[in-house]
Amino acid sequence: MPRQSFAERLAAKQREISVSEFFERNKHILGFDSATKALLTSVKEGVDNALDACQEYGVLPDLLVQIDRVDRDEYHLVVEDNGPGIVKRQVPKVFGRLLYGSRFHTWSQTRGQQGLGISGAILYGQITTGKPAVVRSKTAQDDVAYQIELLIDTKRNRPQVLKRDFQVWDREHGTRVETHLRGRFINGRQSVMEYLRATAIVNPYARIVFQPPDGARRTFDRVSSELPRPPVEVKPHPYGVELGTLLQMAKESSHRRLTAFLQSDFSRISSRVAKEICREAEVPPESHPKNLNLSRAKRIHVAFRRVKIMAPPTDCLSPIGQRLIRTGLRNVVGSLRPEFYAPPVTRPPAVYGGHPFQAEVGIVYGGELPGDRPVEILRYANRAPLLYQQGACATAQAIESVDWRRYGLEQRGGRGMPYGPAIILVHVCATRVPFTSEAKEAISPIPEIVAEIVRALQESGRRLRSHMNKKARRAKTSEKFEIVRSVLPLMAEKSAKITGRPPPDITRTIAKIMNVIWIDERVVFEDGRHRVRVQVYNYTSARKRLALHAVLPLDALDEATVQPAPTQLRADGKASWKLPWIPPTEKVVIAFELVGLGRRGYEEGDLFVSGVPTTQVVGAEPLPGDWDLEATLSEGDDLPGDPLAEEVAESG
Amino acid sequence: MASQSQRARQRAVVRSLRGLAEKVYEHLEHGRIPEMSIPLRTKSNIRLNARTGVWTYGKAKGTRSAKTLKGAKMLLRTLYVLDFIRDMIQEGKSSTLRELYYISEGWEYAGFSTQDESNLLAEDLEILTGSLREDFRLRPEEDGARVMGNLTVEELNRRGEPKRFNCRDDVGDSGYGIPHNVEAEKLKLIDCDADFALAIETGGMFDRLVENRFDEDMRALLVHIKGQPARATRRFLKRLNEELGLDVLTFVDGDPWSFRIFASIAYGAIKTAHISEYLATPTASFLGITASDILNYDLPAADLTPQDAKALRDIQSDPRFGDRFWRDEVELMLEVGKKAEQQALAKYGLDYVTDVYLPEKIAQLGLG
Repeated sequence: MPRQSFAERLAAKQREISVSEFFERNKHILGFDSATKALLTSVKEGVDNALDACQEYGVLPDLLVQIDRVDRDEYHLVVEDNGPGIVKRQVPKVFGRLLYGSRFHTWSQTRGQQGLGISGAILYGQITTGKPAVVRSKTAQDDVAYQIELLIDTKRNRPQVLKRDFQVWDREHGTRVETHLRGRFINGRQSVMEYLRATAIVNPYARIVFQPPDGARRTFDRVSSELPRPPVEVKPHPYGVELGTLLQMAKESSHRRLTAFLQSDFSRISSRVAKEICREAEVPPESHPKNLNLSRAKRIHVAFRRVKIMAPPTDCLSPIGQRLIRTGLRNVVGSLRPEFYAPPVTRPPAVYGGHPFQAEVGIVYGGELPGDRPVEILRYANRAPLLYQQGACATAQAIESVDWRRYGLEQRGGRGMPYGPAIILVHVCATRVPFTSEAKEAISPIPEIVAEIVRALQESGRRLRSHMNKKARRAKTSEKFEIVRSVLPLMAEKSAKITGRPPPDITRTIAKIMNVIWIDERVVFEDGRHRVRVQVYNYTSARKRLALHAVLPLDALDEATVQPAPTQLRADGKASWKLPWIPPTEKVVIAFELVGLGRRGYEEGDLFVSGVPTTQVVGAEPLPGDWDLEATLSEGDDLPGDPLAEEVAESG
Repeated sequence: MASQSQRARQRAVVRSLRGLAEKVYEHLEHGRIPEMSIPLRTKSNIRLNARTGVWTYGKAKGTRSAKTLKGAKMLLRTLYVLDFIRDMIQEGKSSTLRELYYISEGWEYAGFSTQDESNLLAEDLEILTGSLREDFRLRPEEDGARVMGNLTVEELNRRGEPKRFNCRDDVGDSGYGIPHNVEAEKLKLIDCDADFALAIETGGMFDRLVENRFDEDMRALLVHIKGQPARATRRFLKRLNEELGLDVLTFVDGDPWSFRIFASIAYGAIKTAHISEYLATPTASFLGITASDILNYDLPAADLTPQDAKALRDIQSDPRFGDRFWRDEVELMLEVGKKAEQQALAKYGLDYVTDVYLPEKIAQLGLG
């Protein structure tokens, strides 16, 4: 028998490095490195999978997560969804092979991106307990569910089905995965409960029932029936493709000419651009993609950067959106009665290395949120919560680089984690989220991404500051308000009674004490309507004239109820009122009604004033420079008491 | 049946109250922010009046202005109280300070939130109008003193009949209880056969001296002042001193709170410095218990609490306690860190206080 060469022996050994060994060796990057984390990762893989399936199928998710304790450190995990189900013959492949499925090679915004997915969780359970997973699935066409017990053949990375069965199942369609695994169940930070709570915030259209091993069942109710549109698959943009991927794609391409391959397997490459790339790379455009060798591929990869190519399309992204962020936060943290929900900010899409992405931020402030510790950060990538490695994450780095003192939170030295009663939610969605590791625990701090998050944070921070300014000035002024509204009239009455004289005129005293224009917005919700009254009190000693501006939610505005009619109402909802002269201590009222917003759909509007020095105004902000008023309304120099300016403004 | 002079006095009070309301009215009428200024009632603003020997308010004034909510509410309450007092005077009624507090509940917005506030306001009005609480028909509910000793008084009873008592022979063991109003129109001091008045802080010690017949043996008039003495008690002591020429000796516990009791008798209280001339007995002397007594008599003593120590340090910055005697005593007490009760003297037997301690201390003061 000929002696085996060293290389051959080595090759034999290499074959034996099975998937399971690979898994064992790389547990830490796959999210299974501790018993606590392993349980959480298993839940996460199951839930991500379930939510993705429901969203793709266009059904409002209804999830069950159940954890039972079997032994000291063995748990039984069930994740069940009402997704489309999987056709019978695909079930073993989907759950019994690592890195199977289209996902690894497509570019679309899904939760369970890049990772090992549910099969990783199944494999972990199999390795640690030796028990098979039980998968049950039913499609809308099936009468009964199909159920299998399955192990992963770790040598060949193939499913091994132990038992097949049919089961009656009361779900119309859906999938249920049961695994046994070694783990540890905890409460508090980085727990399953925290993960599910965070998931519920950004998926308010999902109903999630969680049965922990000990203690009461917790249900996160569905509070929105607005399902985000399913993610759109896009072809890779040349800027985001690595050399290895390019080679792989060329090998797998169904096209026979290089130009055709470039043109149809990538986005933003026209036939003209394809030819230009070939010319630049000095590769024959007619050559067969399968024959693309390394040196040619390298030249093409370089040429991608030299040729002008349009930025990737961004309409494939599906941000959570302002409304759902607000709804989700309210649903989950509402019991802490926060004093302010800053209107969430969704940035326009941007691009990093050929991948479109979008950043979103929501801030909740005050109420019963604890104020003596760092703010709570809720991090998300493609709607999936991130619980570990906060320090390494682009979101945390962005938050730490913002000077929060400007926005009313405490922060030592204007850098680092801010302190205060606040929750900051950051969501990054992308066709490919650049995670720091396969465990999908943190977003790489790529400069473009950090910059976009910072912009969103600043925008949201400005809303927070404006709220706090308003609150502080109101508090200061509301004391004076109480004096002039409640105390002075009684004082006048009583002093008149004792002295036996007619009640004195307190107008001038009121003006002297207040010396502000007080704008007070009252919102009453009744009969499904928000009745809004904005009262403008002139508590100064001279008559005043000003313009009030507000952004009205046009889709909810009952225009017939707007009193008085605005001087101008624009298509974007920006409304302006040129108010009449208001004598000292008198007021003008603006009223309007909103329909169909739901009790919490409107709490306070953004009010702006112009035409008076803004230091005299409480309850509204100065008109921002970008308000973009038409000439007739720009009253910047139309100061009160200047009739000439008045005429010019009116005739203009 | 008010006398001619009483009616004149009432008219004066009503006039000065009306004057305060008029000021507020004028301020409003002229578009100004109503305000009132009154002397600051703090220990930094009391001065020794060299002529009378008592401590009264200095020149520092605080302003209560409607510019702040607190000030505005205070002014409004002042008007309500003025109105209320005026009504009482016109209807010939009177009320207790506690009743005033409860009546204010009906004023809703102008109501007081604690009785301290209404008590303070009543004192403010005394200062602003130069009248006495009694002129406003406001009575305290605090208890007046009990007296035991050979003093004959004549009190006008509820029916307006004069009744004469001897405070030793015509009373039981608890002595004669003085009324709230101890002015001459109500209470006449007829005759006295005693060498000094002894103001005693605790009931236990008063009863001990009564039982031991200290009043008879030492020709003393025993006055139980019941802790911090009521205005009537302080006024009564002053009358004993001024009209009958009795020395007033103060016998209290040996701790900072009791030192303050002495100060209110001898120098005038900070809170009522506007009427110190009327209430304080500048010649009153402090008999004990002193810090030195604790050492000299080796009395059973308790450790000073942090609050005690703080009160002692406050005393060190209180101008009324500026003399050598007090500086030394307070310093000593802080140094030994101990305080003692009057009744600690019982360590040496029930009669020790009357047989040994008091005679020795009185002799030291040069009275025995």
